[in-house]
Amino acid sequence: MGEVKLFFGPNHPGMHGNFSVHMYVEGDIVKRARPLPGFLHRGFEKLMERRFWYSNIALIPRICVPEPDINEACYAMAIEKIAKLDVPERAQWIRMIILELARMANHLMAVGGIGGPLGLYTASHWGMADRDRILDIFEAISGARIYHMYIVPGGVRKNITPKIEEMIWKFLEYIESRFDDYENLIFKNRIVHSRLKGRIILTREHALEMGVTGVGLRATGVPYDVRKVDPYLFYDKVDFIVPTATDGDAFSRVYLKFQELKQSVRIIRQALEKMPQSDKVNVPISKGSALRHRVPKGMAYAHVESARGEYGFFVVSDGKNKPYRVAVRGASYPQGLYGIEKYLPGTRIEDVPVWLATMDVCAPEIDR
Amino acid sequence: MKQSQSQMPKKDFFAPVKAWKFLGKKPVTIEVPNKVKREASERYRGFHINDWSKCIGCGTCAKVCPTDAIKMVEVPGLVQEDGKLPQRPVIDYGRCSFCALCVDICTTGSLQMTREYIHISDDPEDYIFMPTEKGIKAKRGLYEHGKAPLGWVKDKDSDLLDLERVLMEMVEPQERVRSFIEIVKGYSKEQAMKEAARCVGCGICTYTCPAHMDIPQYIESIYNDDLEEGLRWLYRTNPLSMVCGRVCTHRCESVCAIGNRGEPVAIRWLKRYIIDNVPLEEYSRILDINPEKKGKSIGIIGSGPAGLAAAYFLATMGYDVTIYEAAPRPGGVMRYGIPKYRLPDEALDKDIALIEALGVRILTNMKVGEDISFDEIAKKHDAVFLATGFGLGRSTKVPGTDHPNVKQALPMLKMIRDFLRGDGPKPPVPKKLVVIGGGNVAMDISRSMARLQMIEYGKVDVHTASLERTYEEMPADMDEIEEALEEGVKFYPGWGPIEIVIENDEVKGVRFKKCIRVFDENHRFNPQFDEEKQIFLEADMVIEAIGQAPDYSYLPQELQEKLEFFRGRIKTNEYGQTAIEWLFAGGDIVHGPDIVHGVADGHAAAKGIDLYLSSKE
Repeated sequence: MGEVKLFFGPNHPGMHGNFSVHMYVEGDIVKRARPLPGFLHRGFEKLMERRFWYSNIALIPRICVPEPDINEACYAMAIEKIAKLDVPERAQWIRMIILELARMANHLMAVGGIGGPLGLYTASHWGMADRDRILDIFEAISGARIYHMYIVPGGVRKNITPKIEEMIWKFLEYIESRFDDYENLIFKNRIVHSRLKGRIILTREHALEMGVTGVGLRATGVPYDVRKVDPYLFYDKVDFIVPTATDGDAFSRVYLKFQELKQSVRIIRQALEKMPQSDKVNVPISKGSALRHRVPKGMAYAHVESARGEYGFFVVSDGKNKPYRVAVRGASYPQGLYGIEKYLPGTRIEDVPVWLATMDVCAPEIDR
Repeated sequence: MKQSQSQMPKKDFFAPVKAWKFLGKKPVTIEVPNKVKREASERYRGFHINDWSKCIGCGTCAKVCPTDAIKMVEVPGLVQEDGKLPQRPVIDYGRCSFCALCVDICTTGSLQMTREYIHISDDPEDYIFMPTEKGIKAKRGLYEHGKAPLGWVKDKDSDLLDLERVLMEMVEPQERVRSFIEIVKGYSKEQAMKEAARCVGCGICTYTCPAHMDIPQYIESIYNDDLEEGLRWLYRTNPLSMVCGRVCTHRCESVCAIGNRGEPVAIRWLKRYIIDNVPLEEYSRILDINPEKKGKSIGIIGSGPAGLAAAYFLATMGYDVTIYEAAPRPGGVMRYGIPKYRLPDEALDKDIALIEALGVRILTNMKVGEDISFDEIAKKHDAVFLATGFGLGRSTKVPGTDHPNVKQALPMLKMIRDFLRGDGPKPPVPKKLVVIGGGNVAMDISRSMARLQMIEYGKVDVHTASLERTYEEMPADMDEIEEALEEGVKFYPGWGPIEIVIENDEVKGVRFKKCIRVFDENHRFNPQFDEEKQIFLEADMVIEAIGQAPDYSYLPQELQEKLEFFRGRIKTNEYGQTAIEWLFAGGDIVHGPDIVHGVADGHAAAKGIDLYLSSKE
């Protein structure tokens, strides 16, 4: 049988967002693969240069839809580094809560979402339903479910009320009660084991070679987590561990995400307890209205551990009221672009969506 | 594959089946919007509402909008008034990202968001609309039209405006009352740039400014640290920026959009910052005035704000301009009225120097009617501009005002200024002074006399009484009143004089009666008094500062008959042209006392004269 070209995405139920892979297959085996992440290309980095420092917060969450807050946080932290802003302590704790909630929302979608390519749709429904409870919290905090536009340079836009804190406590309790269900349904499932265990392996050498971070790297035994290696916000003041595995296969990647969910619960609990009471949750970037905020000349890189790995913003200011240049390090760039082209060949067709799901490929952050 | 199967413990074989326990449970899916109306959260960023009674059409929402979803559209039926523009935001929900930055930056707080989030329509036009206080008429929405509860509203955390002014450094009251040094120190570069950053560039000020100065533009020049550009903007409409940067009545600031919720942008100090920081030698290069000579000459009578402004603009158009000034120095009220601590001579000299550099001749000590006749001037020039101002003081005419120790404010102020620059004798300084009046001239004379008293006797004893019953009602600027209070002037608002008490031919004081109303129902000046309530203020000198009047005695009788007057002011068209086509007028004698109005009139008259002379060709 000769080579056949198959299009996977962008309009495919098993595809993650507007992303496409052109596959050249022989039988069931992928011979060559070409990723096309550009369907969502909006030129984010360039657009940012034409908007006020503050107005950009409406644009940047779109660089990664399932986990928008990391963009806001990186952007804000980079500006704060350049402008040497003293962000109120409470705002920093709130940011941690937001980032961990976002990680949980993303992981719930990924852990449940593995049911998609495997045909275990109960898991997908559970994941999405439980994620929705986090979106409820986001809605209460920021007034929006997906694009929160909440973390801003200088702090956060509004304070968290005791009512919202209560909501978060309740959610943490609930989600903990659900972990056993997830474990039983997904991780003690023979089909899941058959499909994921020992499959779609990314070795440590390959991961390091491409620059893969996040669970893709941690599944090969490298305990690299920005929260530990370069603690930002108050991650050095909370107690948590970074789960790792050694297999480097699809199963360990999904399982690590599941373990990280539990760590996030720990972190949020500690943050809620340690967060000081204060009325002040932000400081202005500079004197003046948001139309004329200025960031002093300089450049800075700020990075966070996103659900997909190291995520960073490099911001350059020439002292004007708009950024001179913003460059984004999308966490899924290595595995989503090089990984697919280099390491997808040789796998079976049905493993392609599993690669995309377990590696967490997010199209707009690849093509900013 | 075999290996992985063997890794799984046998007891876990049925683990996934445990999920069947959910079969009997209630589903969590909510069928929105058909079955359940799901209320959004308290802070929800839904469709906008805009309270038109508060909205001033400043357009700041449109400027901050990151998606260009907001356009400002002129609304027919809305009239342009002070502090408001006749436009309102239109929001395109096809572009809106519901970020709420527009709400957070709204200068008045009129724009807010509701919790309404459903609007289903197949007509794209339905998604472009102009919010009112009722919000969108949402099709299949959660709430009835106008009933949607508020969602995201601005609070002190999310506010994106800077409501606090950069503090202007001033000389301390104890120090400044001992001399006539200038009180306001002026902004540094850093301070000015910070203050300029507060401006949202709405331009509401431009409309209100009598001279229609390009305020947002020159503030932006300061923000961009381009003072040459700023100077060009200033001189487009106002050649007396140095003076106006110090003593303008700054009506721009009273309508400033930021002033709706905070302190208005310090427009006047920013203007002064530009002028203070561009050296005079650079002006001609920056402004690049090089007009073609027109070979026609204009005579201007009076070198006050209106006369100088007209001279500047006429000179830039290429006319030969001659100013006739009765006093020994040019400047009019700016030279002889306003006290030195507000407007030092050097500031005025700088403005006049530029105008003279353009070839304008200023003939001082040239009183029309005495040193030169009006007819001679009329014969010499192609057009004449009258800008003689209000030189006479008004009197309360209560018994005793004819006493020599009952003075008028304007001559006293002139005497003080002449004394300070060494041109005249020292004015008499009373130990106890009563000033009658509540306007800026009353403040000027009270504070000037307070300084002289301090220098002479080491203590201030000035009592200022006015008909207006509160500080707010008094026509004087609040800053002036506050600074006068700091300097030790005592105020008696709400008292009208009955008589000046004179014993043995010496002023002993003034008796006042309580004023219960200044204006009647028709807002006309018609004070009413409570004769029962009286006070007596001791004084050995009384100064009246209740208003000024024009003096038209220099105009020939037949000319006066041809001119039209209204309440003592000359009637003109919008270009300052009087009933006599070659005669133009402006300033106090047309619009009443206000420097920036004078500048505006000078500009208008210059345009009018140019139109008139070009049409004659």
